[in-house]
Amino acid sequence: MAATYEPIATTTLASATDIITFSSIPSTYTDLVLIGNPKLSGSLDYKWYVNGDGSSGLYSQTRLVGNGSSASSGRTTGANVLYINANTPASGSVQTFIMNFQNYANTNVYKTVLVRYNDAGSETAARVALWRNTNAITSISISTDSSTFAVGSMFTLYGIKAA
Amino acid sequence: MASTYKIIDKAILSSSQASIEFTGLGSYSTTYTDLLLMISLRSDNGNYFDNLKITFNSNTTGYKYIAVGGNGSAAGSDVFTSDPADKIIGIINGDTATSNSFASGSIYIPNFSSSNYKSLSIETVNETNASSAYMRIASNMWSNTAAITSVKLQPYSGSNFLTGSSAYLYGIKNS
Repeated sequence: MAATYEPIATTTLASATDIITFSSIPSTYTDLVLIGNPKLSGSLDYKWYVNGDGSSGLYSQTRLVGNGSSASSGRTTGANVLYINANTPASGSVQTFIMNFQNYANTNVYKTVLVRYNDAGSETAARVALWRNTNAITSISISTDSSTFAVGSMFTLYGIKAA
Repeated sequence: MASTYKIIDKAILSSSQASIEFTGLGSYSTTYTDLLLMISLRSDNGNYFDNLKITFNSNTTGYKYIAVGGNGSAAGSDVFTSDPADKIIGIINGDTATSNSFASGSIYIPNFSSSNYKSLSIETVNETNASSAYMRIASNMWSNTAAITSVKLQPYSGSNFLTGSSAYLYGIKNS
């Protein structure tokens, strides 16, 4: 098959950290996929933002969340950053999240992001987010509110080519 | 696709079968980082749906499951932490579902050889053009630090997957 799904960068933590940033993302792909498999040093929430923009208020999001007893939906608008989780996961827990950045380098469109978040102890969720900026996405950051991602946490960014 | 996303194994059933199992995955631990299962399944359960169960390394303990979904009239969320329901990962078609219809789904298993617990991301649907159907997004955790060397799929209520069911296992390399 054609080389349409390629790893751009990956990191497996050898020491704990509170932020992961993929920078200098090339514009040669159509879409991006970020696979996160963090283990938490503490009970913490974590969030994402792009291009170092954590203060513009240009992010919005709609979410569907199940916590094991009920389903709920909510929205966030005018945010500076967006959270990947809604219910704070336990210390030492392991999650999987998958983020799809559609058309990330197209400078004619705002950027849509699909997020699937999984923590079997607290929440499974789907989110659709928008960054109201036409700039190409050149960096993606995942950061904690407190404590750190633990050793062995893995984060990988893939690029998908439409042609 | 590139070697980053490559078929490892597949099962396409020409007769009913109690389970689908992919073994020998330890030999891929240095070749691939993540596993992806793409499924198209129908069981002999006497209902329009069944649940799908997963087992790693023939180990029957340490699983938990949480899901959110809808059936066309209501949305809800479930959590299972006790055997055998803790091994559920999603919904598939049962024997009374519309003829020739099979549930579709994907199961993503990152870092399958790591010494961390294994966290799965799952989507399954059983659309059949009937009055009710299910869609679910789900998480399952296998709280075990062993590398995954085998993956076994089984119907939860039914005894067999029916002819025409299929599962494809892909390996994804992160470098």
